[in-house]
Amino acid sequence: MLSYILRRILSTLPVMGIVALFVFSLLYIAPGDPAAVIAGDQASPADVERIRQSLGLDRPFLVQFGSWLWDILHGNLGTSIFTNLPVSKMIAQRIEPTLSLMAITLVLTILVAVPLGVMAAWKAGSWIDRTIMAFAVFAFSLPVFVVGYVLAYVFALQFEWLPVQGYTPLSNGVWPWFQNLILPSLALGSVYIALIARITRASMLEVLQQDYVRTARAKGLDQRSILFVHALKNAAVPIVTVIGIGIALLIGGAVVTESVFAIPGLGRLTIDAILRRDYPVIQGIVLLFSFLYVLVNLMVDVTYTLVDPRIRY
Amino acid sequence: MDRRTVLKGLAGVGSLAATGGLSMPALSQGAAARTLRFVPQANLANFDPIWGTQYVVRNAAAMVWDTLYGVDAKLQPQRQMVESEQVSDDGLVWTFKLRPGLKFHDGEPVLSKDVVASLTRWSARDPMGLMLKAIQNELTAVDDRTFKWSLKQPYPKMLLALGKNNSPCSFIMPERLAQTDPFKQIGDYVGSGPMKFVKGEWVPGAKAVFEKFDGYVPRQEKASWLAGGKQMLVDRVEWVVIPDPATAAAALQNGEVDWWENPISDLVPTLKRNRNIGVDIADPLGNIGSFRMNHLHPPFNNVKARRAVLMALSQEDYMRAVVGDDTALWKTLPGFFTPDTPLYTEEGGEILKGKRDFDAAKKLLAESGYAGQPVTCVVAQDQPVTKAQGDVTADLLKRLGMNVDFVATDWGTVGSRRAQKTPPGQGGWQMFHSWHAGADCINPSAYTAIRANGEKAWFGWPTSPNVEKEVTNWFDAKSLDDEKAAVGRLNRAALEDVVYAPTGFFLTYTAWRKNVSGIAKGPLPFFWGVSKTA
Repeated sequence: MLSYILRRILSTLPVMGIVALFVFSLLYIAPGDPAAVIAGDQASPADVERIRQSLGLDRPFLVQFGSWLWDILHGNLGTSIFTNLPVSKMIAQRIEPTLSLMAITLVLTILVAVPLGVMAAWKAGSWIDRTIMAFAVFAFSLPVFVVGYVLAYVFALQFEWLPVQGYTPLSNGVWPWFQNLILPSLALGSVYIALIARITRASMLEVLQQDYVRTARAKGLDQRSILFVHALKNAAVPIVTVIGIGIALLIGGAVVTESVFAIPGLGRLTIDAILRRDYPVIQGIVLLFSFLYVLVNLMVDVTYTLVDPRIRY
Repeated sequence: MDRRTVLKGLAGVGSLAATGGLSMPALSQGAAARTLRFVPQANLANFDPIWGTQYVVRNAAAMVWDTLYGVDAKLQPQRQMVESEQVSDDGLVWTFKLRPGLKFHDGEPVLSKDVVASLTRWSARDPMGLMLKAIQNELTAVDDRTFKWSLKQPYPKMLLALGKNNSPCSFIMPERLAQTDPFKQIGDYVGSGPMKFVKGEWVPGAKAVFEKFDGYVPRQEKASWLAGGKQMLVDRVEWVVIPDPATAAAALQNGEVDWWENPISDLVPTLKRNRNIGVDIADPLGNIGSFRMNHLHPPFNNVKARRAVLMALSQEDYMRAVVGDDTALWKTLPGFFTPDTPLYTEEGGEILKGKRDFDAAKKLLAESGYAGQPVTCVVAQDQPVTKAQGDVTADLLKRLGMNVDFVATDWGTVGSRRAQKTPPGQGGWQMFHSWHAGADCINPSAYTAIRANGEKAWFGWPTSPNVEKEVTNWFDAKSLDDEKAAVGRLNRAALEDVVYAPTGFFLTYTAWRKNVSGIAKGPLPFFWGVSKTA
């Protein structure tokens, strides 16, 4: 297992290299010019050109790419064109809110979606099943920002229970930290809950028709043990797969959620960087997200061995 | 770990949280009242007001760095860091003396050498500064508090140049910072103004913090815009960046922020209904909507085609699209200069007045030789003002019988594409939309968009000797009457040659919690004189 994990980690290196080349090329050919944004609306074309030169943006593609790659290999993600701050520092400033949001959303999703899916499968065809599936379709159809606005209107503006926006670091206290993340994680998690609930239901339905489940019932095991101990464990592989794939959904959703709730995370940093053409920041974040995604996939593969002993690497 | 242990742990965390054991110490009412939480118009992505000339940078910089002069609400430059000035009889030598007791945020005194370095850096980037640099003999420090600017020819607008609020302002920095190449960013933010920038708390895109500088010596006069006594009545100003307008509105209603610089007009009725919130016009100088036509390429290299568009455009359509039906927020503008300011003129503005004449416009367009070739209209969709204007323009051009190539894109792309002089089919353009702060359009000094000096002009590169002649006449004018006459002729010439198309004048709102007072109307948010109760 350990050698498998090491091999997988090593295999991420070429993946990251391809991502780096792809991202750099894409940004190079994309329209837009950070120098024009920096110079402002009243700047003359000569000013814009002078700024472009000072940023090194007038150099040939290969020179720029080589220089950037060299820095990356030395652990240097570069410096933001706009803020003049190291990209690694900017990412460090923003990573906690995003990871917090994703972690709470993930926990919330699993705690809500898996029992809902199990319940729907157990009561398949009943009004409970239909209600859960109707909720799933509804949640899946609603854009994250709509859910976000509705939640903010009801729980922040009307009831005044929770803040509308912002983020409090965990170091400032668990409750202030959690308080700021309740509404965003509910908004971000709605689609995810719907997806996992549906997958759980489908997977459980298949397992519940297996002979060993019938045997378990026949020997008098209680329903809870059958569902959560025997059936769910065997239905877990596709659920774990979708949870893993769903991390990408979370990353995409975090961009919108962080904007709606003004959370200073990586999602908002990404949008700001793209709108301003802050190339080093965009490249740094995409590399980070790619690495995270590869890592999540590895974790999913490892988790398979825990839920299904037949899987060995 | 079993289920009971986990539940016990969670309950413990819950109890601690409920009793405040894990939370931050609550701010006292007094501390809360001394912190003003402000939602700026945009993210403070950099903090060098000479290197980056965006308005948001200028607005933050005005707290941190002081200026030698400051324009007041009557648009007159008043002494700020300067105690006195003398100009020689021939107008060629200006001698300035600094006020005593001026200090930088690191405790060092503000000296003439700092001023000389600051003005040198500023003059490399600012249009008026560049004019001064072009006629400069020397700029030297005479002693610690006196400096001298010797010129080759008189420059009557000297005090305006040093005190104007248009970006970049001539902010005074320590010499070591001001010696930075004007095309490179400074890395330290030691200021000379009433507030210190807290670099350690700066999270670009999220938050910027400013703290009161106790060593600042305000003038004794009453504050008026950038002039007078900049008395800080709060200890701390926190800029909270909230990009989404609906979220900003909710945060203001919920009391999570105190002042929102520019609420969008759609949300203003909701804010007005809240008895805890005050709403008013932010800046009486407002904004002028515009679209520019490319004078280098057909069909708009022919003045007849440009005038045909001007003849048909309805400013009312544009303004309703930009700010809605609240008629208190906009007016038509048959000219290029800011309404209700001393140089405002409608001279030559007949083409923009009265009923729109599409038949005459179509005839003029045909005379220009236009034969249905595509007109590339580049429109930024991420800026509400440009998006709204773009939609109206597309309709206008179609009604004129033009073949519109509508390029919907973002502001970043417009920013680079508009600099392309190549033909539209090769990455260039024929039209793009923008808007100008009214404060930049009160006279020709910082009005880059009105210039018509060909290759050196703003995007679209108009050429109009008559416009340029009147700009020079305005700079040389020695009385207000002379200035008015020059600007009247300039307005006429700019409309005849259609330097650009003005789409109307519009205002925006600002909104605040009613426990905040002292907010002044002006071209930027002024934080001095603003107080807050708990």
